[in-house]
Amino acid sequence: MSAARIYIAFHTIVVKEIRRFMRIWVQTLLPPAITMTLYFVIFGNLIGPRIGEMDGHRYMDFIVPGLIMMSVITNSYANVVSSFFGMKFQRSIEELVVSPVPNWVILTGYVAGGVARGLAVGVIVTALSLGFTDLNIYNPLLMLAVALLTAVLFSLGGFINAMYATKFDDISIVPTFILTPLTYLGGVFYSISMLPEFWQTVSLANPILYMVNAFRYGILGVTDIDVGVAFAMIIGFTVALFCYSLYLLNRGKGIRS
Amino acid sequence: MNNALSIRNLRKVYSNGHEALKGISLDVTKGDFFALLGPNGAGKSTTLGIVSSLVNKTSGQVKVFDFDIDVDLVGAKTQLGVVPQEFNFNQFEKVFDIVVTQAGYYGIPTKKAQRSAEKYLRKLGLWDKKDVPARLLSGGMKRRLMIARALVHEPKILILDEPTAGVDIELRRSMWEFMRELNEQQGTTIILTTHYLEEAEALCRNIAIIDQGQILAHSSMKSLLQKLHTETFVLDLTEPLECAPQLDKFKCRINRDGSLEVEVSKEQSINELFARLSERSIEVTSMRTRSNRLEELFIRMVERES
Repeated sequence: MSAARIYIAFHTIVVKEIRRFMRIWVQTLLPPAITMTLYFVIFGNLIGPRIGEMDGHRYMDFIVPGLIMMSVITNSYANVVSSFFGMKFQRSIEELVVSPVPNWVILTGYVAGGVARGLAVGVIVTALSLGFTDLNIYNPLLMLAVALLTAVLFSLGGFINAMYATKFDDISIVPTFILTPLTYLGGVFYSISMLPEFWQTVSLANPILYMVNAFRYGILGVTDIDVGVAFAMIIGFTVALFCYSLYLLNRGKGIRS
Repeated sequence: MNNALSIRNLRKVYSNGHEALKGISLDVTKGDFFALLGPNGAGKSTTLGIVSSLVNKTSGQVKVFDFDIDVDLVGAKTQLGVVPQEFNFNQFEKVFDIVVTQAGYYGIPTKKAQRSAEKYLRKLGLWDKKDVPARLLSGGMKRRLMIARALVHEPKILILDEPTAGVDIELRRSMWEFMRELNEQQGTTIILTTHYLEEAEALCRNIAIIDQGQILAHSSMKSLLQKLHTETFVLDLTEPLECAPQLDKFKCRINRDGSLEVEVSKEQSINELFARLSERSIEVTSMRTRSNRLEELFIRMVERES
């Protein structure tokens, strides 16, 4: 396929993905807006003043970056896992398999769709947070880079989950039992400096901690970890998951017999 | 480059150990209307699945217009349009979007894709349903939608796996007309699998019969049908008979409805049969073949094999 045709194929997949999550916005864009508003009201407004400051910032200001990142992570993951598994379930994945679209274009197209939803929800949650706090962004470029890379990484995670999934239960196990606990324990609501030394060390094994802290550094300028290490980790995981996703796609895991 | 499709020693062993294809070889010439027939589980869909990349082959070679799928899969895929047996589109998407999206996968620019989608949706009588979500279409409409989707990039080969399954007679006939036109006017090579042998006999010029992963016959429809030595005719009689008459050289039996079934071999003439019946004052009101010729032949070949 020529470069122009490849671009058209990529564009087609991305537009189809965006159209899908926009069509069902009540299931994709509205729930995180409601959930995050509740977090802002309950944790930020009601409980926050009793907690006081964290890392030198109001509790509300401290949790906003973590909650934005949590939305980006869960939505980029959910978009790809549900869309790609849905295609497998309805067998409409065969439309792509019989077409000449190279596998790397299929993968990047779906990841771009996941990134689009992750960032769209991130923007919605950020806009909502302005009703509760003034966002004085410390380093906008770094903040955007972390959000983008994290969305790419979790879109890839969703893709791998969808490749292995054979039933609907399989696409909810990882978000429920792995992603959500890791996100809650990834420093969204607290600084790991509050933890005993042993649990601080354990927390460092949680990759989401690095993403939340790097994003918080972009907004507030404070972090529990080295931002350089965070970037290296995100990029490393992204490259590894991209290669593994492509390997599964080339093998036709779950889509070719 | 006379062959649109060339298959050599194709084998497929599934992960459960089942050998679906036992080294088949097959050629489909350019511009042909070709039937691949066989009973359920014979290996038809596996063969077409391998050609269209939905199934991984175990060994062998597949060439689509000289594009070896192991060497230039993209080149091979570009030549193909595939209509599978099962509905395989997103049921929640609109008809027009499904067809235009498929064109996009082949790198066709949006405007051109929209024109092509309109052309085939109109030809297949679906244009007034273009904004309807696919799940709301009837079974026949869904089949036609899959055909429009497979044609939107103007493929040189169209693979149709049971395209008229579950479609009423009137619609089936109109789909036959459409396929004939596509083959004769646009020169599209058509490869068809069907359980309606009448359909294969009416449409296809060449044929292969596959059973238990092996090709039993591969020739022109005409020469295959010539292999049929006997045909069975059903005769409706003015006066029902109690027992089958003894007709010289003709095998007869009485059906439950009182009609007479007679086997006529290639060497015998129908006139001779009627002469024998007249001798016995048996009056015939109507006559038909018990099944179509291809069906007769197909059943005999498959039964002999098993």
